[in-house]
Amino acid sequence: MSTPQDINVRQKPAVAATGGGVDTILATKRLTKNFGGLTAVDGVDFSVDEGEIRCLIGPNGAGKSTLLELITGQLSPSAGDVYFDGHDLTGMDTHARIDTGISVKFQSPHVYENLTVAENLRVPLQRADGDTDGVLAETLDRIALEAKADTGASDLSHGEKQRLEIGMAVTLDPALMLLDEPVAGMSIEETADVANLIRSLHDDGMTFVVVEHDMEFVRQISDRVTVLNQGSIFRQGPIEEIEADEDVRRIYLGENA
Amino acid sequence: MITPTATPLSISGYSLLALFFQFLDSFGFIVLATVGLAIIFGMMGVINLAHGEFILIGVYGTALAYHAGAPLPLGMVAGVIAATAFGVVVERTIVRHFYDRLLDSMVATWGLALVVSQLLLIVFGSSLDSISTPLGNVSYGPYSSSVYSSVLLPAIAVCVLAGLYALFTRTTFGIKARATIEDPETARAMGIDTDRMYVATFAIGSALAGLTGALYAPALGSITPNRGNTFLVEAFVAVVVGGQSVILGTLAASGVLSVFNATGSFLFGTFVGQMLLLLVAIVALRVLPDGITGYVDDWQQRRRAEE
Repeated sequence: MSTPQDINVRQKPAVAATGGGVDTILATKRLTKNFGGLTAVDGVDFSVDEGEIRCLIGPNGAGKSTLLELITGQLSPSAGDVYFDGHDLTGMDTHARIDTGISVKFQSPHVYENLTVAENLRVPLQRADGDTDGVLAETLDRIALEAKADTGASDLSHGEKQRLEIGMAVTLDPALMLLDEPVAGMSIEETADVANLIRSLHDDGMTFVVVEHDMEFVRQISDRVTVLNQGSIFRQGPIEEIEADEDVRRIYLGENA
Repeated sequence: MITPTATPLSISGYSLLALFFQFLDSFGFIVLATVGLAIIFGMMGVINLAHGEFILIGVYGTALAYHAGAPLPLGMVAGVIAATAFGVVVERTIVRHFYDRLLDSMVATWGLALVVSQLLLIVFGSSLDSISTPLGNVSYGPYSSSVYSSVLLPAIAVCVLAGLYALFTRTTFGIKARATIEDPETARAMGIDTDRMYVATFAIGSALAGLTGALYAPALGSITPNRGNTFLVEAFVAVVVGGQSVILGTLAASGVLSVFNATGSFLFGTFVGQMLLLLVAIVALRVLPDGITGYVDDWQQRRRAEE
């Protein structure tokens, strides 16, 4: 991976302190989403500190992806609010939320198959006044796809597509990156590449929320883990505590044992 | 327009030249009539059956400004602005409800076409005074061709296609527009205001329709509220023959169709030329149901699969 460069990293001004000296960058208040009779997300108060890598784990159907989609505005909540970096996001369009400094990478690869790698990266490149060519070159370097800049995205491997999509999210220069299963279906080497990429961006000050099933990967990257179960927060804490927790093992990790 | 004064079937250098000018005339007309429709269809999956009336607004805007005393180029600018403004209003009020609903969009815009042409009839009467064609004619042997419609307009048509190609492949706007068309949800997650991209794309299509109207205002002869159909038929046929790819499709279809249209018109008159154009379209659709560019895409995919 490349040496960190400041060009692609927003220098965050301090937001209102929450008392402990660490700033909360993302907070949901009593966030709820009903699909017909099913409550996918049930009154969730989820908050993330600036500069952390938070992993969201939980059984299938626990509401992890729904929670991300409520944060990005692809779904609108049945009740509750979302706050990010001093903005009340509730009711804002997705593109406007992205403008406040959030990026998202969906679960399945969503690269543009008809465009080249470089063109894909130019899709989110908003800041026409800035050094777009510089950001483009730096991002290609970060995701190790310099040699394939002019290759059609449809010719990339699965791991390369995932890296490209993370690259697209990085080009937006976000303060917070939401990743939904970024290493699903990847080989061990590809997974390690993504872990390195996330750590290097984290070193530059980016905050992450990562939904993931791969506990080895979670161990590699995360500071704290939130366990969702049946639409509610079940446990929250450092990875060692979570893995040692009997109840978590029973509802979630047990199915991997 | 070509005025043959000798027996057209006698083959000579002059008649080949005349045929060539006829081809250019027809090619320019089909390209310019088509681009606006092709962009809106190719990028947004909407067939705008009011396309002829969008062009007509360009014609009327130009003619009204010209008759009010404006120089012709300024009148043309007025025509383009009128069609663009109309397009933005129509997109916000009607068309945005019909994205990727091909048949519904055709019914809605067809209704709009009827309303516009009736309104033009009511407000401006059965015709406007014609505008004389600039630049005059060039004579060679027994033939003469209009410099404006056989040389200048085809040249502008080629420039418009080249400009669109650059816009959609070389600029950030173009890449965002293509991204929005391919996958709007991901585009929004990439911070693109997809609503604004749709308005902008529709506005470009409308501006091109207005430009076509403005350019043909002095080449139509009489300006009547039903002239929109002249443009719509050829544009519709060219879009269907060309397929989904906006620029290559327009270029390929205009090339093929104008060869037949020009040859038929030159030998047997414009009626036969028109018939031949429709006949070729029917045959092309039977053989290439996804249009010329659809066939080329299939062929490329098959070749890639074989590798």
